[in-house]
Amino acid sequence: MTNDLIHATAAELAAKIHSGEVTSVEVTQAHLDRIAETDGKVNAFLHVDTQGALAQARRVDEAVKAGEQVSPLAGVPLALKDVMTTEGVPTTVGSKILEGWLPPYDATVTRKLKEAGVVILGKTNMDEFAMGSSTENSAYGPTHNPWDLDRIPGGSGGGSSAALAALQAPLAIGTDTGGSIRQPGAVTGTVGVKPTYGGVSRYGLVAFSSSLDQAGPCARTVLDAALLHEVIAGYDHMDSTSINAPVPPVVAAAREGLSGDLSGLRIGVVTQFSGEGYQQGVLRSFEAAVSQLKELGAEIADVSCPSFDYALPAYYLIAPSECSSNLARFDAMRYGLRVGDDGTRSTEEVMSLTREAGFGPEVKRRIMIGTYALSSGYYDAYYGSAQKVRTLITQDFAKAFENFDVLISPTTPTTAFKIGERANDPMAMYKADLCTIPANLAGTPAMSVPSGLSDEDGLPVGLQIMAPALQDHRMYRVAAAYEAARGAFGGPSL
Amino acid sequence: MTSLVELMDYDEVVEKYDPVLGLEVHVELHTNTKMFCGCANEFGGEPNTHTCPTCLGLPGSLPVVNAKAVESAIRIGLALNCEIAEWCRFARKNYFYPDMPKNFQTSQYDEPIAFNGWLDVTLDDGEVIRVEIERAHMEEDTGKSLHVGGATGRIHGAEHSLLDYNRAGVPLIEIVTKMIPGTGRRAPEVARAYVTALRDLLKALDVSDVRMDQGSLRCDANVSLSPKATGALGTRTETKNVNSLRSVERAVRFEMTRQAAVLESGGEVVQETRHFDESSGSTSPGRKKETAEDYRYFPEPDLVPIAPSREWVEELRGTLPELPWERRARIQKDWNLTDEVLRDLVNAGALDLIIATVEAGAKPDEARPWWVSYLAQQANTRGVELSALPITPADVARVIELVNTGALTNKLAREAVNGVLEGEGTPDEVVEKRGLKVVSDDSALEKAVDEALAAQPDVAQKIRDGKVQAAGAIVGAVMKATKGQADAARVREIVLARCS
Repeated sequence: MTNDLIHATAAELAAKIHSGEVTSVEVTQAHLDRIAETDGKVNAFLHVDTQGALAQARRVDEAVKAGEQVSPLAGVPLALKDVMTTEGVPTTVGSKILEGWLPPYDATVTRKLKEAGVVILGKTNMDEFAMGSSTENSAYGPTHNPWDLDRIPGGSGGGSSAALAALQAPLAIGTDTGGSIRQPGAVTGTVGVKPTYGGVSRYGLVAFSSSLDQAGPCARTVLDAALLHEVIAGYDHMDSTSINAPVPPVVAAAREGLSGDLSGLRIGVVTQFSGEGYQQGVLRSFEAAVSQLKELGAEIADVSCPSFDYALPAYYLIAPSECSSNLARFDAMRYGLRVGDDGTRSTEEVMSLTREAGFGPEVKRRIMIGTYALSSGYYDAYYGSAQKVRTLITQDFAKAFENFDVLISPTTPTTAFKIGERANDPMAMYKADLCTIPANLAGTPAMSVPSGLSDEDGLPVGLQIMAPALQDHRMYRVAAAYEAARGAFGGPSL
Repeated sequence: MTSLVELMDYDEVVEKYDPVLGLEVHVELHTNTKMFCGCANEFGGEPNTHTCPTCLGLPGSLPVVNAKAVESAIRIGLALNCEIAEWCRFARKNYFYPDMPKNFQTSQYDEPIAFNGWLDVTLDDGEVIRVEIERAHMEEDTGKSLHVGGATGRIHGAEHSLLDYNRAGVPLIEIVTKMIPGTGRRAPEVARAYVTALRDLLKALDVSDVRMDQGSLRCDANVSLSPKATGALGTRTETKNVNSLRSVERAVRFEMTRQAAVLESGGEVVQETRHFDESSGSTSPGRKKETAEDYRYFPEPDLVPIAPSREWVEELRGTLPELPWERRARIQKDWNLTDEVLRDLVNAGALDLIIATVEAGAKPDEARPWWVSYLAQQANTRGVELSALPITPADVARVIELVNTGALTNKLAREAVNGVLEGEGTPDEVVEKRGLKVVSDDSALEKAVDEALAAQPDVAQKIRDGKVQAAGAIVGAVMKATKGQADAARVREIVLARCS
């Protein structure tokens, strides 16, 4: 029974809970048990909210029992990335500087999940302030990839993706600034979606890079991701950058895609994302995916987006610049860590000592890069130029979408690397996001869907599907069709 | 402290140097809510009660622009004859300070909402100087720090500091002038007149409380001296904490005399922020900065650009009230005032009060004397501005009405006004409480006249002999006897009748 419950999809669990076949409490308890059993090895969770989860599950069960209409994912458990504020529940963003902070408010995503009856199991591990591609930058120790515990689960949202792969939760929330949903999805064999920028409210998402950050759904199936997408998306007056437009019909698109017909759909293969630095197993998996999409009726051709070559350097100017400003508020004055306040030191000294002790090396590196890039005399050369590249990338996307409905590429150049392998080589680490960054810079939607396992090392590989802004449903349709054609590829044994 | 600062004689200063002014005025808008969140925008309150995740800068919080504040900014820009940007953005001004919750201020940098305007400023003698406006931009206020235990009330040397974020996020408009050269000896007066004119304008627009004492209008005065011999621009200082119109004038004058003394002794003026001290009338250096401040401005990514449509701007132009200078021109024409009279009324701060009194029903010629003479004396005695007297134009209009109907004599009217000033209530309440009534009963007056005539038989005889001017002494005696409650003209009639 328990085994069935943790293997089931969110859609299946919702159906069983809503029909009264199982209770949400049973489903929730099964996942809490699974976390207790496996998280010593995986370290996906920073905080498990057993009481809160069971209380929410009981509320859903009562509503179902009373014959009330409940929302489509009511009663289904979820793992929430620790970057989203949760009222009265610890929110650390993977950093020591926020250790012990209990937010007085819920993020809009958190609120929407609660209102939809989704059961939040706890908060998942992440690279500190979402800066990283391996979850090794968490101040609370790395998360381990359930497929191979010596390997990274991707990052920054490695905790959420590992929780899905480890069957600790059927749903998770991630945030994606340069690939932090998609790259972890790829290396853990799970589905991860970065919606159109502005599609999901950022209110309560602890900012890394405001113009790039976007929350999105993570799941083991495309339909589950779509169901979750519709719960969290939509206009929010608390976020000025939120788009005041109807939520793209992603659930309908995923269901339509399951029919397996992509006749007439035009798919462009981005030529910039192959060649040197790409693992052969990843490229072969990608080619196999291309063949399968052709078999489904899609028309596939190459497309060149030359400015994508400059995406990585542009990203590493824009994101650190914004983070250097966003993270200035962590100064020991109002919340979080305070170091050195012994009555002998000045305010500046306490701020400085706290930031020295509270931030990890990668966060400090980016604050320094960003502070430099924004400084007087360098602004135009760095931040200014990066914004121009951003415009060029947006134009490349627009041109490509004149001829293609969606674009595809591998999600990340390699499968999961070993923990520690790139820890001292920031450039190698940054390259994990080579294929995912352009969509963040352009604000367009993109997702990663598993394309099976690499024939080299038996580790999961991800297929990235990119669509124009507000056309999120297009990629869901393609992903669902491909997922059905691809079939099962097994799972990790823990 | 002050005695250590060398000052140059003012006449000598303006003989040798041309002062150059630059004025930055911060205005707190009196919108219902703050600039970027829904918290109440109210002065004071228990510390940290008007706060929320956004104005406390809590992790994850986001700003949303207050549309009413944008509207006010545009109206201010229009009233200052500015161009209104078709597209502009907020920017982050990054620096660390404990009373700033995010350690950046959401402001505007190179894309202000309003720019290139001017304001005509009338000096005390009626001369009009056009002050050019560089820009008016939107930003948020910081919280307030209370430094406890130090000698100066400033952060340096304090034992501990308390932070109140009620003010954090209050909408501010910063209005910056272009350099104002060529004012010479009158620079301090120009500075005061500019801030006065701006205050009156903002008051007419009804966008701010414009209370310098509460900080809803704050002025930073930039002053530099250019040696007449070379014409080279001098190094400027920026004086903060200038909390009254008078202080604006004093601070500029002090800086001129101080800078001149520094230059005269062969020294260099240090570019710095200085702090004005009300009690000594002097400025002192702010905390020394070891490095130049680099605010690392960049466009605020949490907010979308503001693009006011031309239709909206024109609609707002239509909402501009009669502006102070338009009002003055109209009143001068309607009331047929000379330039000199008008100027005196403006300088005395009486014009708006007189206008309001007229609007409440009095005639201009009846209202004017009250404000420029009797009430001006009262204000002077109390050491307050005319507008701060505890009497309203409506009260004055009512007193005038009571005089016109014969219910009060002029003397009784002053007593009624005194009662209002003493807080005894409205004019009618004071009349009631103090029993201020004109004695209009002829028989009572006749009795008083007869008594007075009997008391001064020689005067009575003179009147009977035809020396009518002698009647004044009897009228005076009757008025004294009736404690001023009689109508003097009527008393005179009775006296003359009795002696005919």
